[in-house]
This record gives sequence, structure tokens and C-alpha cells, in this order.
Amino acid sequence: MTHAEASAVPPILEVRDIGKTYGSILALQGVSASVGVGEVLCVLGDNGAGKSTFIKILSGAHVHTQGKLLAYGVERTFGSPREALDLGIATVYQDLAVVPLMPVWRNFFLGSEVTRGFGPFSQLDVKGMRRITKEELARMGIDLRDVDQPIGTLSGGERQSVAIARAVYFGAKVVILDEPTSALGVKQAGAVLKYIAQARDRGLGVVFITHNPHHAYPVGDRFLLLKRGTSLGDFKKSEITIEEMTKLMAGAAELDALAHELARP
Amino acid sequence: MTLTAPAVIDERIKPTGLIQTLLRRPEVGAAVAALAIFIFFSVSTQAFLTPAGVATWLYSASLFGIMAVAVALLMIGGEFDLSAGAMVGTTGLIVGIITTEWGVNIWLALVIALAIALAIGAANAFVVMKTGLPSFIVTLATFFILQGVNLAVTKIITGTVSIQGMSAVPGFDAVKVFFGSSFSLFGMDMKISIVWWLAITALATWILLRTRSGNWIFAVGGQVTSSRQVGVPVMKVKMGLFMTTAGAGWLVGMLQLFDVSTVQATTGIGQEFIYIICAVVGGCLLTGGYGSAIGAALGALIYGMTLQGIVFAQWDNNWLKAFLGGMLLLAVLVNLYVRRQAGVRS
Repeated sequence: MTHAEASAVPPILEVRDIGKTYGSILALQGVSASVGVGEVLCVLGDNGAGKSTFIKILSGAHVHTQGKLLAYGVERTFGSPREALDLGIATVYQDLAVVPLMPVWRNFFLGSEVTRGFGPFSQLDVKGMRRITKEELARMGIDLRDVDQPIGTLSGGERQSVAIARAVYFGAKVVILDEPTSALGVKQAGAVLKYIAQARDRGLGVVFITHNPHHAYPVGDRFLLLKRGTSLGDFKKSEITIEEMTKLMAGAAELDALAHELARP
Repeated sequence: MTLTAPAVIDERIKPTGLIQTLLRRPEVGAAVAALAIFIFFSVSTQAFLTPAGVATWLYSASLFGIMAVAVALLMIGGEFDLSAGAMVGTTGLIVGIITTEWGVNIWLALVIALAIALAIGAANAFVVMKTGLPSFIVTLATFFILQGVNLAVTKIITGTVSIQGMSAVPGFDAVKVFFGSSFSLFGMDMKISIVWWLAITALATWILLRTRSGNWIFAVGGQVTSSRQVGVPVMKVKMGLFMTTAGAGWLVGMLQLFDVSTVQATTGIGQEFIYIICAVVGGCLLTGGYGSAIGAALGALIYGMTLQGIVFAQWDNNWLKAFLGGMLLLAVLVNLYVRRQAGVRS
């Protein structure tokens, strides 16, 4: 999809000058960004930059106190994560919301089980749910030998992608990923980035929160840089290099000072 | 847009063998132990395999089994109920007292006792969920309250510590058909409670493995925050589990009352741990999220067979407790091993 096409329809999710105060604390202010169909928005920032506040506003966990939040071009105020979810905005948290001892397919459908039959006699469509789980995971590029194995036996990256696949299957239009690569090794993180690309290619919007420019740059289309609760800018990939991004995040002056401090005398 | 990524085969994953698949079932350990104990007492005693012998140990397994299955569901859901044993006494006493002393209709008395049991179960759940206190402590309190009330109130009203004249109550024989009757099967005089036990085990297994509620029971016991995040009604599930356990207490209370036509004020005291042991021997994890109803029923079968087998073998009855402790320790060790075999990373 070209950018000309993308700009014809309103983005799935957009924020304009959004901000949030907790009492007298300014957690976030003046942040603008958007994510459209088949786009990956990377939100970068060091610890305390306001990434979690941003994610909480998008996912409906907290209500913003300044600016506007638009979904499909319509201004919204989310009262709960449920409301965001109903509009197809799904959040995959770091703990992934899985039950380790339960089989993969039971986790996949947990809370939204498929049943057959009526009233007290309705029972789980076990065959159907197993099949769908296997298919949906295959579409994400994961081939599980056995969807009956406890999800706790999967690797961190695989669990992450099960959570993403689940969000996609249950109608997510935008998936918000809260630091999906932070606890993973190089290879595993690479696998998760591939799943993000898969989701993008299937026409989803992805909001990818991370503090690692090396994870964000290869997969991102737009980059929102946060620092101390304010926006350093919303860049297209063509407008910024990875070096510039790293410098902006840490603060160029601070990095130079650090380099000076660490240099051999 | 269709997109199929090539399948990635991870060379580090071993293929699952039949044994490992079997070990994933929580009740396998209990099944093996039950078989061993059955063979042992069949060979070493004369009475164990006679029709009367079989009926005896099945009956005693059934009473423990009904409770063990309910307690197992609760444990899979991540909670304990130490008041389960005292509940058996409480419900029996309620029916006994209000029919013999106050002349209340026996069917109505059954309903009143059930309603009170369910209310106590709901109260347990409510306190546990609202305060976040461990259910171990909350139901320990309920256990002591019930134990005290059972004795004190029975003494105030009847002047003794047991119910007399139950079989003279109008309608007793009609109710006995459901709770205290027997039938003949292969020359064995089977008590009706065995049918209840099998039916409840089957029903609980179906609910656990094949219904949405069952999925939710495993989920709330396994990881309560995750369950909330995906929309599982945690409060409702736990409320249902505590009420089920209390309801099972009522059923066992009725089965005992209508079998022997009397009930002691101390009935059920000290049994709560046996239910938990049966559930654990049957493969339930103490931490919740894992276990089986069939396993708990097998745990009760082991207990029933041992209880009667020791009598048939004319050993000192006190060995039972030592045996029970040994079984429990063994079961916990087997559980630990199984969990490691299944390769679950916590």
C-alpha cells in the first residue's frame, strides 16, 4: 500500500497533542502520532519517557486529560479497555495474559471459547478450536507440533506470537505491543520482529513500544520518540537514521558527555 | 491476501513419546497406585474380594470421593475449603433437628439445609475474594465456627450430641430411596452413594474438560491476573466453586444421615484434610491450575480400599494415618516429577 492510498482513509488510531496528568504530575504532554492500515508505529523512549502512559491511553486503561484521541477519524474517550477492544484496538501486555499450565489452544480461546449445543448442555468445540489455533499460528509462521502442550513449554518469542495471533484472530485492527522484545535474546527478538512484519503484511496497524532502536528501525514505518513525557517528534523512516534516533533518545549532548567521561585518559 | 510462512522445525524439541503423553494426565499416578493397592489387599486378605468386602470399601470410597471431587475442582480453581468436613455434620444436624424437634416437613428440611450450605459456601467465597486473604485461613475460621456451632446448638436444642428418632419422621422412607437405599449388583449389596459418586465424578470431568466453565476453573487457578485480562469472570467462577463444595457437603451429609438414621454433632470433623489428600493423591497441584476429577475419585478409592483393607488384614487401625501420610508425600513427589517431565516453565 502506498502512502497516497493510506492518506485517503483516516488512520485507524490517531492522537493529537495528547497529554495526561496524574494529580500534579505531568506524565505526558503534547504527543501527536498516528497508525494506519498496514503500518508499524514504533514508540521509542528510555525508562520514564512516558511510554507506558502512552500505551495506557491508547488501550483504554487510562483516560487522557489533554488533546484528542481519534479512532477511524472519530474522536473518542475510552472508559475501559473493553471499549478499546470493541473498536479493534488490542493490547498485548508484557505478561501476555496466558495461563502457563494450560494447553496452547485453551489459552488461545480463553475467555472467548467456542461452544456447541444449547444452555446447560453446550460444550466446547474442542476439535474446531484446536484446528483454528493451529491454522492461525501457522499464518504467523509458527508450526506447533502439538497445540495440546502447555503454553508454558513454549519459548518467550513463541508465547509472544501466540498472544499476537490471538489478538488478530479476535478482530484486532491495531495491536499494541508493550515491549515484546525486551526480555528476549537476539534470535528470539528477531522472530518476534518477523511476526510484527507478518501482522503488518496482513493489513494490521501495529504500535510497537520498545526502548531499543535496533529492534524498532528495521520493522517500523514511523517513529515516535518520547523523552521525559514529551514528544521529540514523529518521523517517517525516510526522515531519520538509526544513529540520529539513538542520539535523540539518549540526548546527543548527554551521549557526548558520556563518551568523554568513558574515554581513556 | 494469503500468507503462509515456511514451517520452522526446531531441532531442540524432542518428539513426545507415549509415556510422556500419559504422564501429562494428572490421574495416571493415582491409577497405578490404586491398582497396586487393589492387588495387594486382594492377595493378602480373604475378605477383600468377597461381594460384601467390595461393597464395603466402595461405600467408604464413595462418601470420601464425592467430597474429594468437589474439593479437587476448588483446588484446581486455586482455593481450599477446610470447612468442607464440618459442613457434612452441619447439614445432617440441620435436617435432623428441624424434623425431629420441630416437625418440619422432611423435603422442606432438605431444601433448607441445602440453602444454608450454599449460603455458607457463598460467604466463604465472598470473604476470600473481597479481602484477598488466603482461603486456607478464611475457611479454617469457618471450620471452627461450624464445629463449635454444631456441638453447642445441638446440645441446646436436643440436650444430647446426636439426633435420635430420625427414622420415625414422616417421609423418611421416601427420602431414603434417594440417599440411603441399596441395590444388588453381581451379588453385591451396593449403596446408592456409589451411584452418586460415579455420577458426580463423570459430571465434574465433563465440566472440567469440555465446558467453558471448566476452562475458566483451570484459568483462575493457574493465573488469576491473566484470566481477568481476557475477560474470565473470576468472582463468579470462585463463588460457584465454593458453593459446589458446600453443596457436596450437603449431599454427603444426607447420604450419611439417611443411611444410618442418626448423626453425631462431631460428624465430618477431621475429614477435611482427607478430602484434600485424596485430591492431591489424584494429581491436583496445591498451587492450583492443574488436576483432575477422576484423579480425586481414584484418590478416594485408594483411601477407601486402604481403610477397609487394613481392617480385613486385621492390622492395627492406626497404620492408616501413617499410610495416608506416606501416600501424600509420594503423590506430591510424583506431581513434581510430572511437572518437570511436562517441561513446564513457570
